[in-house]
Formats: sequence, structure tokens, C-alpha cells
Amino acid sequence: MNPHRRKLLITATFIVVGVAAATLLGLKAFQENLLYFYSPSQIAAGEAPLTRSFRAGGLVVEGSVTRDPESLIVQFVLTDTIENITVVYDGILPDLFREGQGIVANGNLQADGKFEAFEVLAKHDENYMPPEVADALTKAGVDMSSGKGHLQQ
Amino acid sequence: MIPELGQFALILALCMAIILAVFPIVGAARNNSYWMSLALPVARTQFLCLVIAFAALVYAFITNDFSVTYVANNSNTLLPVQYRISAVWGAHEGSLLLWALILGIWMFAVTLFSRGLPEEFVARVLGVMGLISIGFLLFLLLTSNPFERILMAPQEGADLNPLLQDPGLIVHPPMLYFGYVGFSVAFSFAIAAMLGGQTDTSWARWARPWTIISWVFLTLGIALGSWWAYYELGWGGWWFWDPVENASFMPWLAGTALIHSLAATEKRDIFKNWTILLAICAFSLSLLGTFLVRSGVLTSVHAFASDPTRGIFILIFLGVVVGGSLLLYAMRAPAMASIGKFSLISRDTFLLINSVLLVVVMLTILLGTLYPLIIEAMGLGKLSVGAPYFNAVFIPLMIPVTIALGFGMFTRWRKDQWSRIWAKTRTAAIASIVIGGLLTFMLVDSAILKTVAGLSIALWILITSIVSLTTRRKSLTFGFCGMSSAHIGLAITIIGITISSNHSQEVHKRMGPGDRVDVAGHTFELVKISELPGPNYQATEATINVYRNDEMITSLRSQKRNYFARGGMPMTEAGIDPGLTRDIYVSLGEPLGEGDWSLRFYYKPFIRWIWLGALFMALGGILAAMDKRFRLKKTKKSAIILDKDTVLSTT
Repeated sequence: MNPHRRKLLITATFIVVGVAAATLLGLKAFQENLLYFYSPSQIAAGEAPLTRSFRAGGLVVEGSVTRDPESLIVQFVLTDTIENITVVYDGILPDLFREGQGIVANGNLQADGKFEAFEVLAKHDENYMPPEVADALTKAGVDMSSGKGHLQQ
Repeated sequence: MIPELGQFALILALCMAIILAVFPIVGAARNNSYWMSLALPVARTQFLCLVIAFAALVYAFITNDFSVTYVANNSNTLLPVQYRISAVWGAHEGSLLLWALILGIWMFAVTLFSRGLPEEFVARVLGVMGLISIGFLLFLLLTSNPFERILMAPQEGADLNPLLQDPGLIVHPPMLYFGYVGFSVAFSFAIAAMLGGQTDTSWARWARPWTIISWVFLTLGIALGSWWAYYELGWGGWWFWDPVENASFMPWLAGTALIHSLAATEKRDIFKNWTILLAICAFSLSLLGTFLVRSGVLTSVHAFASDPTRGIFILIFLGVVVGGSLLLYAMRAPAMASIGKFSLISRDTFLLINSVLLVVVMLTILLGTLYPLIIEAMGLGKLSVGAPYFNAVFIPLMIPVTIALGFGMFTRWRKDQWSRIWAKTRTAAIASIVIGGLLTFMLVDSAILKTVAGLSIALWILITSIVSLTTRRKSLTFGFCGMSSAHIGLAITIIGITISSNHSQEVHKRMGPGDRVDVAGHTFELVKISELPGPNYQATEATINVYRNDEMITSLRSQKRNYFARGGMPMTEAGIDPGLTRDIYVSLGEPLGEGDWSLRFYYKPFIRWIWLGALFMALGGILAAMDKRFRLKKTKKSAIILDKDTVLSTT
């Protein structure tokens, strides 16, 4: 093998290994960070995973918000008008969180059937309905229209 | 009457765009100089029509003409006048009009600054820009007409989204659009070069200042957006990998790759095809970005279904632009093969690594942004890609880019020896690691590997940039200073990102007046909560005193505003005490009953450096664009002679 060819071979090997490693790394990160959406009906039907995080969304039921008097812990019920899911969150809710509003929460399903959220999202437009929630509600037979906006935590 | 005038001007602009797209291009192909000579006056007329149309919409906003649907949906009599003007581009229709206007401005600029270029080349460039205008103006007129009237005009408008009622947001969209649309110039230059079958690299030289200036606008636009998100969204974040942000970041990455690749193409006659692909790519991503953000496709796939004409139009337009230019590329690229040769160890290689990696980074972001849309469109369920994915791929891929950057500045074009480069950079490499480690221990209490690595990389860029500047001091050009400034800017931004993301502290707390909390060596006292009226909102304001070592250093105010017109839509105004080495940030959360409120407290070290770095990058771009090599000589022929000394001394 002449020096030129060897250099070429080394370079090619280097590139192939590099690309393979980067792809593997990227796909792994990608797979781990996919958050699937489940509606309250799907959660009630046992379709949602117990072992990984996912997104749950629906309308905040009127009068369902209860706060812990000492801390920031807050509890509320999400509905798609057929089934409900109770969400627990320790933190500050976004500006546009309101009863009757459509919201999306990222978190995990607990053994007691409650959803522990690490993030609660509401869009920054008072007419906004998260598309997932709108879709879930449509499936449940509610007439919906959607809007757009910037995500706010 | 005025809105109809705007509408008429818009139709006239479309007519001009059609003339522009047909005659100069055909004229250039047939060598008909009369047809080519139409390009300049027609492009200028189109620009004028767009100015009139835009002015008409601004007028409708200032005079609160709620008989225009778009005005009624996005303005209000209580809205302060500066926000009435910025409301013009606050939503879909108006922002598309702004896009079209800015395209007109760039076309006008091309007519002004291309006197030294060959006539057929200018004709083709303006013709391609005319083609792009046709797409946009048709889109405006057919699916998103900002001048549409309501039959029964309402007494009052719906108001601008309160989030957009902010000085930063007056400037941010135009900046971003100047960047996006500016890439259409580089794109048009590349297409014109292919149409004309140009085998030399003069087009790359002509395209460089335009690309750099667009990149400057885009850099500033993104930085402004990030800064705005930081102070306006009320929770101290500056980048969320939100699809809307990704839409602006992808063209930036492609544009950065393009700037570097153009430099290599122009100087060394290499990567010609790759550069053309990048020019197509940068502009296509700008188009994709505009549409994704503005059409609502991204935040809600349902916008597709609710207004199918818009969605289909977008797809067709994107298809025509991307497909058409790639088809042309496939036909013409083989004839434009690069002449220059280079060996493995050369500046050429480093520039190639840089642009390939930047494109890979861009593709990973594209994957994360579009994947949820594709999955949903195919009915395979709904999902989203979390921010950790983007961090996990972005950071490792950027590390080799930054390392290559430092070596690249010391490497010669065409051929170099590794031993020579290493001899020049060895000290810088060791120094950056040692100082990076030392600085970590000095600046932050809890040293972690990530901080050491981030600071070392930033120092590596900083030291190599400064050393290469000083060794060149006898033959410094604007181009070289610009490059150094932009690289130093990158280093500053990396320092800001590293320290602020690894060493920020935050506390969320339930508090009543008189309560105190300690965060990062500072004591925050909630003094009082009071009511405060605003022009179109009612605010609740918290006053917070900040103490350090029992000494009061500042008093911050954070507001929770309820905007009247939007059913009392709430908005948070954060209280920030800015500083070069740290920001103190307070934002009012929600009322919890019994006079208690939730509050967020943040201590964010070095966060300003993120945007400071962007300023250096922009300054670098401006300097580079001023380089004398880009000044056109008054020649009739397409051959513009390279002056040898600047070739050797700039990048």
C-alpha cells in the first residue's frame, strides 16, 4: 500500500467511524426525547406508558384547581369531556393557565393514577387551544377551532 | 379608499414581478439588450409599489381603520401608536407583506450596487428575484390579503397580542426578515450563475458581501428574539429549541456555512457545487422558516386543514423553488466543476469540515423540528421532540467545529504541514485548557467538567483569534478583522452559554409582603404588592428589595398585567438588574390567596455575554463586508481581475 493510499484509507475510516458515532448518538438522543401525547380517554383506557414521560392534555375542569396552603404544589383535573385525569404540579403555572382553558402537561403517570407534571404549557394567546387537546376534544365529539402562538412555560 | 389603493399597488407590484421574471431572463438568454435593460426600471417600480402598499396598511393601522379585517383583528384604539405600527407585522398577512416589501428593498439595493456587474448577470439576478416575488405576491393576494374589508366594521379592534407589545418586538421581525430575505440575493446570484453557465468564480465574489450582510441581520434578529424571550416570557430562559426558534436558526447555520464556503470558492476555485447547494439551501430554509412560523403549520397542523389553500400553496411554492433550483443544479453543476486542488492538511479542508458539520447540525435540527409534523400528517400519533434531544446533538457536533476553527486560522491555503500548524497553535491549546480550568475555579463555586470544557473551547477560539490578529498586524484587512471579530463573538457567546446554563440558580417561592428568601448570596425581600393602571391594561406590581451582605443593592419591580381588550389576558413583566457578570431576575407568578403570591427568583451569571457575542459577530460581518476586495470596479466585461495582495491576506 503506498503512502497516499494509506492516508486515504485512514481518512475514510475516520470519517465513517465519526459519522456512525454521530448518527448513533443522535438517534439515541432522538429516541429518548420523543414525548408522545395521550388524551385523558387514552390514559383511562390504559394506553399511556407507566415507565416513561409523556404529554397529557385537555381542558382544565372548572373548580378543580386546589392549592397547598404552604407550598407551590397545585392539583387540577384535565378532561376531554369523557374521561378525567388529575394532575399534580409543584411550581408556578403559566400566565394563561385558567379553568376552562386547554393546556398540555409533560410528566409521568404515577401508580396512584395521578399525573405528576414537571412542566405545564399554555400557549400565549387567549384563544389558543393546543392542537393535541383540540384533536382529543374533537374525537370526544366537541366542536373545536384552533389558533397559534408561542409556547410559554 | 386608502386600503384599496394598497390593494391596487400590490396587484401592480405583481404585474411588475411577472414582467421582471420573464423579459430580463429571456433577454439574457437571447442576448436581447432591450429586454435586459427592462430589469432595473421594472425592479425599481415594483419596489415603489410595495412601499405604497405597505404605507397604506400602516396608515390603516394608525387611523384605526377597523373596516379592514386585519387591522380589526390586530389593533385597538387604546394601543400606543408605536405598537400600532409594529402591529402591521404582528400577524400572518402583514408579516408576509413586510416580507414582500423587504424583498423589494433588497432588489432596489441590487439595482443600486451592481453597476459594475455584467448586464446579463444583473438581468438574471433581478429576474430570479422577480420570480420569488411572484410567489409571495400571489400568496398574499390569493390566500392572505391584508387589505380585505369587513362588511360591518366593528367599533373596536381585538388588540395586538400583549406579548408583542414590546420595544424589542418592533425591531425583531424586520431584522429577521432582512436576514431571511437577504439570502434570496445569494440564491439569485447562484441561480444566475448557473443560468449563465458561468464557469469562473466571479459570482461568488459578488455574492459574498450580500450574503454577509444578510447574515448580520439574521444574527441580530435571532439575538434580539432570544433577548426578548428572556425578559418578556418571565422565566429567564433565552433559548427553548421551540420550532419557531429552530426555523430561524436553521437558515443561520446554513448561511454561516455558506459564508465560509463562498470564501473558499472565490479564493481557491474549490467547492463550487457545494457552495451553490448551500446558497439554495440557505434560502429554502428561510422560506421554510417563514412559512412554518407564519402559516401556523408548525404550532398546529390543523391550520393546514382549516385553510387548505394556504397549506397547499405553501407546499407548491416550496416545491417549485427547491425542485426548480435543484433541477437546474443537476443540469448545470457538472459543467461548473471546481478547478482548485488541495491536500488533506490545508485551510481548504478546515473550511470544508466547518461547512459540512454546520450542515449536519442543521439537519439534526430539521429532523427534530419536522419529525412531529410528518408523523402527525401520516396519522401515526402525536408527539413532540424535547429540548434535551437538541442539546444532546448540537453540543457534541459543535465541539469539532470550534476546534477546527482555531487550527483553520493558522493553516495555509492549498497545502500545509501539520507540524507547522501545531508549532503555532500548541501554546494556545495548552493555555486555553489551563486558563479554562483556573477560570472555572475562580468564577464559580461548583466547578464541573462541562464548564471547564466550555471555557477552554471559548478560550481556544479567543486566543487563536487574537494571536492570528497580532501576527497579521502589518497586513490587516477589513476582511481579516471582520473574521476575527466574528470568531471572538462566538467565543464570548460560548462563555455566556457555558456559565449561565451550568451555574444559574433559581428559586420558586410562595411569599407574602415582608417575606424574605436567599438566592445565590443575595437576599430578596417582597416589600409590597400594589395596583397600577396602564394605557390598555391593569397591572399588579410587586416591589422587591435585593440585599447583599445586609446592604441594599437594588429595588426591582415585576408586574402582572391584564390586558383589557383580550378578555384580561395576563402577561408578566420581569424585574431585572442587569450586569456584565450577572443578572438578577425576579418575576411575579400567580396570586395564591390570602395575599400570598408565587414568585420566581433567578441569579444568572454571564448571561449577557450570549447577546454581547452576537453583537461582535454582527460587527465582524459589517467589517468583512466593507473589505475593499468587494468594491466593484467599473468594467463592462464579466472578468473582474483579482488583486493578488488581498487574495493572500484575507479570508
